[in-house]
Amino acid sequence: MTTHDKVKDMKRMILLAAHQAGEGHVASAFSILDALYVLYQAHVTYDTSDPRSANRDYVILSKGHGCLALYAVLSSCGFFPSEKLSTFCKFGSDLGGHPHCCKIPGVEASTGSLGHGLPMAVGIAKALKMMGKPNRVYCIVGDGELNEGSCWESLLIAEQHKLDNIVLLVDYNHSNDRAISYGDDLLGKLKSFGCTIEGVDGHNHGSIYFALGTGPVNGKVKCVVLETIKGKGIKEMENNPAWHHRAPTSEELNRFLEELA
Amino acid sequence: MRKQFVKSVTKLLADDPSRVLLLGDIGVFGFRQAAADFPGRVINVGILEQATVGMAAGLAMAGMKPIVHTIAPFLVERAYEQLKIDFGYQKLSGTFVSVGGSFDYASLGCTHHCPGDVNLIENIDGFSILVPGHPDELGMILDTTSHWGNKYIRLSETSNSKPVSDNPISPTLVRMGDSYHPVVVAVGPCLDMVMEAVGDLPVTVLYTVAVRPFPAHEITLPNKNVIVVEPYYSSQLANRIARSHTSKHIQINARSFSLPRRFIEEYGDQNRINLMLGFYANALRVEINQWITSPPSYEKTPRA
Repeated sequence: MTTHDKVKDMKRMILLAAHQAGEGHVASAFSILDALYVLYQAHVTYDTSDPRSANRDYVILSKGHGCLALYAVLSSCGFFPSEKLSTFCKFGSDLGGHPHCCKIPGVEASTGSLGHGLPMAVGIAKALKMMGKPNRVYCIVGDGELNEGSCWESLLIAEQHKLDNIVLLVDYNHSNDRAISYGDDLLGKLKSFGCTIEGVDGHNHGSIYFALGTGPVNGKVKCVVLETIKGKGIKEMENNPAWHHRAPTSEELNRFLEELA
Repeated sequence: MRKQFVKSVTKLLADDPSRVLLLGDIGVFGFRQAAADFPGRVINVGILEQATVGMAAGLAMAGMKPIVHTIAPFLVERAYEQLKIDFGYQKLSGTFVSVGGSFDYASLGCTHHCPGDVNLIENIDGFSILVPGHPDELGMILDTTSHWGNKYIRLSETSNSKPVSDNPISPTLVRMGDSYHPVVVAVGPCLDMVMEAVGDLPVTVLYTVAVRPFPAHEITLPNKNVIVVEPYYSSQLANRIARSHTSKHIQINARSFSLPRRFIEEYGDQNRINLMLGFYANALRVEINQWITSPPSYEKTPRA
């Protein structure tokens, strides 16, 4: 099974979970799924038997509405059984429409309100530096989320404190172009805030792998800008704002599963 | 009170290497010695309160014990969602210490007023709220609550003439009145004003530095009337006292003597503003006297 086959499997799980729940940000999950999968497969140090292990790397999904992708990846890593996804958003479930760190092993932060993840990543990274620990902190934000001032505040702090143990993944799916378009300058803006920048195809596993693989540079936050398609893999969903927050009907589910076959 | 804050926090930093102080570009001069003594653990983060509180949450997630200090409206109102989500919802622990609550910066205008801080923090589950009325009480609070979870500590420009409280959990009985008159609960720096107001009236006076936790059910209310005097927008304390005593057979009249929910567009010092707002000893005495001479009919809902 190729890595792309594995991701397709997870997309099926996500579609089914959203359908069963009648809820979910499926398109956002599909936007980041490739990157999250490669990240956990190749780069993140974790211990499913001890999710709070002192040796772990920290992963914060700041764009919490993409949590179905995180749930699918965490279950594929063994943090919890994949059957749990069938409880998504149901009363009594641990898996909500945004992730909750007090309920789900492997989830570091309770996100959902945008602009909270990167400040927390900065705090974790600062603490790790103070303790002389080598762990890394990965934070995934969306391009829309980057409207939040707290993200840019965090980059100011990170630059000041030389937090080169942060890897910032920007899911650049252009969902925000209808509000504030960054034009061709998102990379430039991030660079001007002290990040080292690499732009890659956010659905190309090899590109993601190599971009995330390079080490820290001169005290700077490493920023990987993932050029992505919201709803990637389902034509009707791709870059279609109607699918930002919507679950597939039975008919749509069957059609989408066929498309993924 | 600020000097005591520096002294007590410096001791906390010395006692535990996991403690870290984050400053919002205030108090930096006062903490210069602590910054030299504990390199890297006194951080002037800058003027970016949302990221500062989020950063404090990250520090706590990695095992540190953050203390965040800046001006009340910027700590509580600007970074409110970070306090609510990052600390409250995620069940992390942090200490948040403000200056400039209510009209401590009266002459600087509404941007720097913050009479709503206690009320806002009360809405976040799990936060203790502490309002010392004297520098010694601030020292006591910082010494004795270091193991508590989230706590909001409100420094004030005004202090009572002497310390009264020796613990943050139990209210202090300052004066015992008779059973025919109301109980007055003074919060933090209001005590001197309360004592001036009650004069020779035979009311009971309790004093507390804690808005939460507060053992409302332990308060004895012989004549079923209680008035809470607090130097900010009315908190839920009067309501909590009333609810803890109200039953089918007993109804409590509880009210708050506090600051009105208004933008104060006048300048001048805090005393002048309080005078304008009717928040002073004689006005309080008039209100208490009215209750004594003409007890209010029992209301289930306390008047704010």
